[in-house]
Amino acid sequence: MSKFKKKATVKQDIPTSSMPDVVFMLLFFFMVTTELRKTNIDVMQRIPEGTQLRKLQRKSLVTDLYIGEPKKTEQFGKEPKIQAEDTFIEVSGIILWVTRQKDLLPENERDQMTVALKVDSEAKRGIIADVETELRKANARKVLYTVSEKKLDLN
Amino acid sequence: MARSTPEIPNASMADIAFLLLTFFLVTTTIANDKGLSIQLPAPLDPNQPIVEFQQKNLFTIQVNSSDALLVEGQPLDDVSNLKDDIKRFILNNGADPLSSDNPEKAIVTYKTDRGTSHKRFVQILDIIQNAYYDVWADQSGVTNARFREAASDTSDPTNKDIYDKGRKGIPMAISIAEPTKIGG
Repeated sequence: MSKFKKKATVKQDIPTSSMPDVVFMLLFFFMVTTELRKTNIDVMQRIPEGTQLRKLQRKSLVTDLYIGEPKKTEQFGKEPKIQAEDTFIEVSGIILWVTRQKDLLPENERDQMTVALKVDSEAKRGIIADVETELRKANARKVLYTVSEKKLDLN
Repeated sequence: MARSTPEIPNASMADIAFLLLTFFLVTTTIANDKGLSIQLPAPLDPNQPIVEFQQKNLFTIQVNSSDALLVEGQPLDDVSNLKDDIKRFILNNGADPLSSDNPEKAIVTYKTDRGTSHKRFVQILDIIQNAYYDVWADQSGVTNARFREAASDTSDPTNKDIYDKGRKGIPMAISIAEPTKIGG
């Protein structure tokens, strides 16, 4: 009898003292892996929709170029502008920009650099074609038009 | 005798941590790195001779500055059949003497105007690529979505097989011409 009684005194609670540690570990994981947006995008970004999307294999090889009407039209006008990182660049500055971006990559992967063109729906082909011509000259010929997935496939 | 051990109450710590965790979960935006992938041609070499293609091996799509479509010289309002037309053109294999000789020679030329909107450009490019992905997927016996998934990651041997099988003998020949200067 006394044997059983002894057993009943054993603590039966699940130890919760380690729970914060576990949760903090998760929290740190998310904090570390979250990539906060580095740049403030100052151009309109109404990304067009498409169906035939491809995912990029190596995200480290991707650099973004934003094109669209400036958000602050009273300051920058209504003409679509090209934004790289935090600044507006001109079409003539693209070759220099590509060279700088390539310098950041390991030497053997430079030719695989992909430029993701995040272009606003309402931007015109003219400026995009100018950018493409410069990219060809700068030998950054892998291009991705960023497109969001169309929810309903009408085709 | 029960002895109370002095402890800081830590039951609420988990709640606080969970709250922070939820905050990060909600505010985290996963970057959208999906889109239509193309390879630009090499810069134009002035010494390079101009190659002429037979008209029948070209499928011409033109878009003007008011986003109106001209396919093989004919105005087109409804794009729902465009994909099938392109597929028929690619896989013609000489059946129709006015269409392409074989998939290797078939070229889809896509010309826009400087005033064409990017939205329209992407819509048509999407249809052209859809036609090619459909043809490739058919050839390797998988669905279109599966094929694109395989094409996105060719480091996996199975994916590489699907990708190579699908593309065999059918190059994606989309020629995106320099836009015209004046709207028409």
